[in-house]
Amino acid sequence: MTIASRILAAAIVAGCSLALAGPALAAGGAEKPPRQTWSFYGPFGTFDKAQLQRGFKVYREVCAACHGLSKLSFRNLSEPGGPGFTEGQVKALAAEFRVKDGPNEQGEMFERPGRPSDRFPRPFPNDEAAKAANNGALPPDFSVIAKARSYERGFPIYIFDIFTQYQQQGVDYLTALLLGYEPPPPGVKVEDGLHWNRYFPGNKIAMANPLAAVFDDAGKPHDPNFFSDGTPVTKLQVAKDLSAFLMWAAEPKMEERKRAGVKVMLWLLLLAGLLFMLKKRIWSRLDDAPAKAH
Amino acid sequence: MGEHHSTYVPKTGIERWVDARLPIVRLMHDSAVSYPVPRNLNYFWTFGGILMLMLVSQIITGIVLVMHYTPHVDFAFQSVEHIMRDVNYGWLMRYAHSNGASMFFVAVYIHMFRGMYYGSYKAPRELLWILGVVIFVLMMATAFMGYVLPWGQMSFWGATVITNLFSAIPIVGESIVTWLWGGYSVDNPTLNRFFALHYLLPFMIFGVVILHVWALHHVGQNNPSGVEVKNYAKDTVPFTPYATVKDLFAMVCFLMVFAWFVFFHPNFLGHADNYIPADPLKTPAHIVPEWYFLPFYGILRAVPDKLGGVLAMFASIALLAFLPWLDTSKVKSGAYRPAFKIFFWVFVVVCLFLGYAGSQPTDKAVLTLGGRVVLDMVGFGQILTIYYFAHFLVILPLLGLFEKPLPLPASIADSVLASTGHGHPAGAHASPEK
Amino acid sequence: MADNTMKAPGASEPDRRDFLLLATGAAGAVAVGGIAWPLISQMNPDASTVAAGAPVEVDLAPIGEGKAITLKWRGKPIFVRHRTAQEIAEARKDDNAALPDRQADAERVRAFDGKPQEQWIVVYGNCTHLGCVPIGFSGEYNGWYCPCHGSHYDNSGRIRRGPAPRNLDIPEFAFLSASKIRIG
Repeated sequence: MTIASRILAAAIVAGCSLALAGPALAAGGAEKPPRQTWSFYGPFGTFDKAQLQRGFKVYREVCAACHGLSKLSFRNLSEPGGPGFTEGQVKALAAEFRVKDGPNEQGEMFERPGRPSDRFPRPFPNDEAAKAANNGALPPDFSVIAKARSYERGFPIYIFDIFTQYQQQGVDYLTALLLGYEPPPPGVKVEDGLHWNRYFPGNKIAMANPLAAVFDDAGKPHDPNFFSDGTPVTKLQVAKDLSAFLMWAAEPKMEERKRAGVKVMLWLLLLAGLLFMLKKRIWSRLDDAPAKAH
Repeated sequence: MGEHHSTYVPKTGIERWVDARLPIVRLMHDSAVSYPVPRNLNYFWTFGGILMLMLVSQIITGIVLVMHYTPHVDFAFQSVEHIMRDVNYGWLMRYAHSNGASMFFVAVYIHMFRGMYYGSYKAPRELLWILGVVIFVLMMATAFMGYVLPWGQMSFWGATVITNLFSAIPIVGESIVTWLWGGYSVDNPTLNRFFALHYLLPFMIFGVVILHVWALHHVGQNNPSGVEVKNYAKDTVPFTPYATVKDLFAMVCFLMVFAWFVFFHPNFLGHADNYIPADPLKTPAHIVPEWYFLPFYGILRAVPDKLGGVLAMFASIALLAFLPWLDTSKVKSGAYRPAFKIFFWVFVVVCLFLGYAGSQPTDKAVLTLGGRVVLDMVGFGQILTIYYFAHFLVILPLLGLFEKPLPLPASIADSVLASTGHGHPAGAHASPEK
Repeated sequence: MADNTMKAPGASEPDRRDFLLLATGAAGAVAVGGIAWPLISQMNPDASTVAAGAPVEVDLAPIGEGKAITLKWRGKPIFVRHRTAQEIAEARKDDNAALPDRQADAERVRAFDGKPQEQWIVVYGNCTHLGCVPIGFSGEYNGWYCPCHGSHYDNSGRIRRGPAPRNLDIPEFAFLSASKIRIG
């Protein structure tokens, strides 16, 4: 066993160095997004309600014209574990949207004000219309985008991630992407309708810098009171708030899940402890049995 | 051990009445209470019970998910999100099911490597082992089809790539693939039949598991010493309470690992691209199967020829069934085979690296010397694949002929004594649990 | 001592083990219960169903006197009937008849602004026998008639003859104005 484990260890070390010998091949030449701090990190992490509310404002005013949120209903905004809008606020908000309903008695579809139980209406009637309005590029739906985007962590870091519970690739990437619009490096030609982004795989993205809706070219906010709660309007703040909101949109039951998880873990620990003691007692009856059997 | 006589004594009149007509209580008593278990089993032997737990867990969460899932290309993705958002505890059911599949494979791989290390496939347990291989193959088919159901990008392209494997078959390959799809591409008919089969196969697994356990209880368990039971009183303990309580403890420990993923890291074992709805017009940049298929995927990719790759992959699984005859050693337990022990661990590492190779882009450099790529992922995979086959076809047959095993203990009881007395080399494996 | 190993479980040292065994069994039972609850709860109406079952407002203006409409709420039919003065009188006349489920007509209408809106009858459109949908303006009492098993209801929705045990159920509803109700 000792020999075997030594060989095993040697093989693993050799293997790791083999694997690491190759230069880290960044996917499509894009840079890895820097890590941000998030309130929802770790087993006890929760969403920051104020941040989600700010993020929703960014979504609504900057993104919603092109990106849907089709898996979410208005009512989700007032449900526990979310941005914590009141039911009254959600009712008023839903009523600001026009929702298609019908057919009516004349057999025609009609539009009516939204209700909390309605899903967010899609910005375009179908994908083809969305492409046609966006230079042929389809703006993805945002319902699960924070779970649908990631980047390679690489071996052996992803092994450590099991223990550190790092799982914020999606939000880190989204934040980086929002901040990654830059002039292309010298010698790189960016075709019409595309934009250079440091963090986008392949670096050429069809979406124009969305933060231009909030900030002018000098990086100053058009409206210094964009956030009604007094939070300073910086690019990083806007990008992070939106990303956090999208994380909640993708994983609305996260808080419920973690709370349940803590209880489950503690109970399993108790049960394991009891079973271990029980097992020890039962097996202790055998302790010296074979010796006396002779 | 099959000769072990029933010790069930019906106590009440009703029990006697039932026992005379359908001895089901006797069967349960004989197989789960009085069934003799070698006393020196270590914790690796608890994975059979853990696998049973996982199978039941998967079937229960699966049936629950079916109550809310819609197998249609237009609604499948949406219905999974409906489960995650609206259904009471739907997120728990879905995460328990998706992570449960991974945990099932974690347990089955430990179970299989345990069998390989201790020679549990050797006479008289060949059929027991082969039934296990059948279960493994059914598990892979079930897991593959289950992964298609959420109808994300990885679902769709995984289904496309794997079904296309059959197009490698000469002459009839294309017809078979069309037949599998029920169309000219992976589409709604494919999703529906995969759904039907994904529901069916677990019950077939359950059936084969019954045969597996039956065979096990007929021949009795192998044990870390590899020496068969000679004296029931000295070598074995009754299943209940000894094995029961130990299995339960191990199950709860395993559940903690399971819960860690389900509650705190539910998407770690999945792939982000599967949260993008399936798009038949666009393949993700880098498609990989679920982690538990990676070693076999590594073998598939290592062979430059299409048919060759497919054959190599299926052969690498089929080989397992021939293991009882490929290993020529008379000694069962690796604990008494010094050379085998080394090759075993090398084999484990090779399997891990095959998985790694399967997960990486083919053009990735593995070894560079002076700025030149000496070995890329394909070459690395080829070396590993050759070793994988060599382990079964060359090393194991020859090892049995040339290796000089350590002296075996006279009995299980003796091996227990030896290990409790002083630091026996095989102590870590052969000690009884205290 | 060796034969100790073959004894039945719990046969030896019961005192030392009893508490531990009980505690473990109890903890295990709680765990099983904790697993069972989500499995049971998931069959209850999900959040989207509950949300879609929120109260609805119904405009009564288009329903002329002597007419009725059927609307769908929470997947069930609801009859809204605009009774004529004569129909109301017919129903009230039978208040003291031998009714299987005795209830005055006045108890089956709702008021707005303190005034009973006796021309409006709002009932669930499922027969209280086994849930079929009765046919309007038919039956011996010109109320509703259930074709499944022959229950006759009057225009107040009261069971008069047949196997149904109860009058047609009245959903929770209230008048928001003289011509608008909210159901639920």
